[in-house]
Amino acid sequence: MAIAIARSEGTEHLSREDRVQLLRYMLLMRGIEERAMTLYRQGKVPGSFYDGCGQEAISTGAAFAMGPADRLCVLHRDLAAHLVRGVTPARAFGQYMGRAGGVTAGRDGNVHFGDWRLGCVGMVSMLPDMMLVATGMAMAFKLRREQRVALTWFGDGSTSRGDSHEAMNWAGVQRLPIVFVLENNQYAYSTPLEAQFAVDPVHRAEVYGFPGISVDGNDVEAVFEATREARERALAGAGPTLIACETMRMHGHAAHDDMRYVDQAQLEEWRRRDPIERQERRLQEIGVDVGAVRAGVAEEIEAGLQEALAMPMPDPASATEGVFHEGEANVLGDGQAPWSGVS
Amino acid sequence: MSEMTYLQAISDGLRSEMRADDRVFCMGEDIGGFGGAFKVTDGFIDEFGADRVMDTPLAESGIVGTAVGAAVVGMRPVCEMQFSDFISCGFDQLVNVAGKMHYRQGLAVPITVRLPTGGGFSGGPFHSQNPEAWFMHAPGIKVVAPATAEDAKGLLISAIRDPNPVLFCEHKHLYRRVKGEVDEEPYETPMRARVAREGDDLVVITYGAMVHTALEATEDLDGASVRVLDLRSLVPLDEEAILDSVRACSKVVIVDEANEMCAAGAQVAALIAEHGFEDLDGPVVRVATPSVPIPFSPPLEQAVLPSVDRVKEACHELLAY
Repeated sequence: MAIAIARSEGTEHLSREDRVQLLRYMLLMRGIEERAMTLYRQGKVPGSFYDGCGQEAISTGAAFAMGPADRLCVLHRDLAAHLVRGVTPARAFGQYMGRAGGVTAGRDGNVHFGDWRLGCVGMVSMLPDMMLVATGMAMAFKLRREQRVALTWFGDGSTSRGDSHEAMNWAGVQRLPIVFVLENNQYAYSTPLEAQFAVDPVHRAEVYGFPGISVDGNDVEAVFEATREARERALAGAGPTLIACETMRMHGHAAHDDMRYVDQAQLEEWRRRDPIERQERRLQEIGVDVGAVRAGVAEEIEAGLQEALAMPMPDPASATEGVFHEGEANVLGDGQAPWSGVS
Repeated sequence: MSEMTYLQAISDGLRSEMRADDRVFCMGEDIGGFGGAFKVTDGFIDEFGADRVMDTPLAESGIVGTAVGAAVVGMRPVCEMQFSDFISCGFDQLVNVAGKMHYRQGLAVPITVRLPTGGGFSGGPFHSQNPEAWFMHAPGIKVVAPATAEDAKGLLISAIRDPNPVLFCEHKHLYRRVKGEVDEEPYETPMRARVAREGDDLVVITYGAMVHTALEATEDLDGASVRVLDLRSLVPLDEEAILDSVRACSKVVIVDEANEMCAAGAQVAALIAEHGFEDLDGPVVRVATPSVPIPFSPPLEQAVLPSVDRVKEACHELLAY
């Protein structure tokens, strides 16, 4: 099974409006995270703060290719996936600040959330546990003969843990409709790739019985196109795909991490490959007013922030509630799917 | 009603839920054509097909993790661990993913995990454990442990219908040793304690296979009236029934087949110390397996598992207090 390289320039499956939306979601993610970092420094975000600066193309491009009835397990550097599915900036800010109006109402922090009404399951800190959960969703879709696909993101560090093997092996054995998106951002906390694996994990797909595709993770349209094709394969009953996205974590593991272990030249090289600037250049070439897109996003973020700052903190008396579900079990609902190809 | 073994009652409960609800399916190692290591799903594949009696890869974390995924999109998976011991390999998915899901995200995880537990037949250190207390300590997971054929069926049906993760501890030593009259129709057994035998001089509080050990040990204790309280469910723990028995009997022996340290019985003892102290007429006495791995050789294994004689002796001593 050969390893294909996805096209890196444009796609016939994206309308002009789709391409603007890809930029908009990336700008929203970066803008919300930059603002949340400030809130953290002001003491308004408890705990620590994690972001996905530099990786916006991966969650945006992959989530954008999915349909409303598809289901996603979203990781901590994938805020844009939540935004694509319909989480508002206000609820994201509320989440960071531990407010009652945050997605988990203060039960969990950071991007540890998933809005079940929007078809998303939030991650746990144990990586890559969600690969198995996504595999189970795909298993249910296949059992019920539904035309639906599961997708999960995972990182380079989590390729070392057993659940990644169990998930990809299981998905391969059962030829499940699932897309595994590897975000290879060069470092797991401070651990570089060469201390994590001896061989590029994209090659693992072949031994599990499905294709592995290397993609420029800083090219949102390339990530979209690779995901779209993987989803088509899954819908056709051809089984899983591993999409290995090469990118760079431009900030530390979390707010406290100054990344002294990263060479400045490496950072500078990746800065030149910024996914947002790249998409902006593309859109400018086709006459899009990028400044207007930026201004619209800034307004959305500011309005969301003000709404979140007005949210109350959760009631301490509710801290012991909700450990168990009562009544009929709820199930994941459909999410927003803005791509014109699925609407 | 018809007479069934404990094992047949589990199969019967599972079969009836699979017939009634398309969302219910089984997954585990060697459960399809082979019918499971203990034959709980023997013949199921002929009735329900390989999709619903799914042979999985040898991957316990995979079994629990994919069950969670299937559950949150509307299925009702019933997972089989070949032996309860192997749930250690699925611990993270149960404790961190399944158990915390509802509290964090408001999403129900209706999975049942069947755990063939317990020792007594030279299973050795990796095929004899009673892991229930590991999960009692983890919020968000229910734990039930039937002692009779009737409860095995009813508690399994309750577990499958419950919208939460439920561990169903089925004691291997009871599979073919215990029989009872079981209703052929489906029914739910509440996750509450039951009085296995009435009495008011002393109460033995226990669950699972030890209910039978307790009944045998206290059948004839020089005319003493000994109650046996079968907990049936460990999470939720029926605190009211425990404290009622303490009020009625004032003397308490707690029996665990599990290792003693922080076992289910330790929680029962703590509850009684906190809320039943004024009703006691003697120290709370515990009988359990000491904190050692379960040894293989019969004399070694019998030396550590709570026996009829050990329970009898503990009751005698407490009655004389």
